[in-house]
Amino acid sequence: MHLILFLIFAACCLAGAINMLLQSHPIASALSLIVVMTSLAVLYLLLGAEFLAAAQIIVYAGAIMVLFAFVVMLLNASREERTRGSRAASLVGFPAVVVILALIATVILHIQGLGAASMSQGITSTEELSVVLFTKLLLPFEVTSVLILIAILGAVALARHGHGDQEHQAPKERTTRP
Amino acid sequence: MNLFAQEVPLSWYLLLSAALFSLGVVGFLIKRNLITIFMSIELMLNGVNLSFVTFAHQWHQVKGQIFVFFVMMVAAAEAAVGLAIIIAIFRVRATLAVDRIDRMKL
Repeated sequence: MHLILFLIFAACCLAGAINMLLQSHPIASALSLIVVMTSLAVLYLLLGAEFLAAAQIIVYAGAIMVLFAFVVMLLNASREERTRGSRAASLVGFPAVVVILALIATVILHIQGLGAASMSQGITSTEELSVVLFTKLLLPFEVTSVLILIAILGAVALARHGHGDQEHQAPKERTTRP
Repeated sequence: MNLFAQEVPLSWYLLLSAALFSLGVVGFLIKRNLITIFMSIELMLNGVNLSFVTFAHQWHQVKGQIFVFFVMMVAAAEAAVGLAIIIAIFRVRATLAVDRIDRMKL
């Protein structure tokens, strides 16, 4: 069962990732990325990380991808034009990617003592996770909440109209509406 | 051989995560749209997350999973700020093609 589920969702993952690269429209890429993230959530569940599986769907496939889809629609992003790309990317980039992938794969295949995952192994409960998170790692957790607050403020400051006269125009548009 | 009771070696999960990361790098290099390039970065983050969860499973530690949790939170913050920057760039340049956004100054 574990093997079958792994094969199905690993295939979904890779197919989604490759499709994301092949699609030329940003919305199609965003949708394939959602496929990748949802299948990754299933893989997390297979590895016994139930909380992360839920968080992956809520945070990644939900919040972040909605943000992406929103921006694609807001900016009316059209089909991307295929250009040749930079010379450095084709000369150095792609060989480097192949070398890195080959290197990582060789190292992984030579690791001794890697176990196996099966259905009978237990699930890390959310309680277990939260005990560590709220006792040992309380300070980093709180600092991250401050980080998110700062990021939201920064996003609002960046995305609003920057100049004074544009700000005066914005309320006028609102009043013209019935 | 019973297909239903079979185990999956953890190295397969690690190979999948390496493949996802490399696909993210390739996407970063070949995509010509600012938003899609940003999506490739998210793909790389997801690939790394998978290998964190795999090692957390291997060593029976929750710390790996907590690391993934923090990565997710930072990715959410990063996505918000990055997309705001993309909106700001689009206001000034009126394009998302990276070939035409190649100067710091206007």
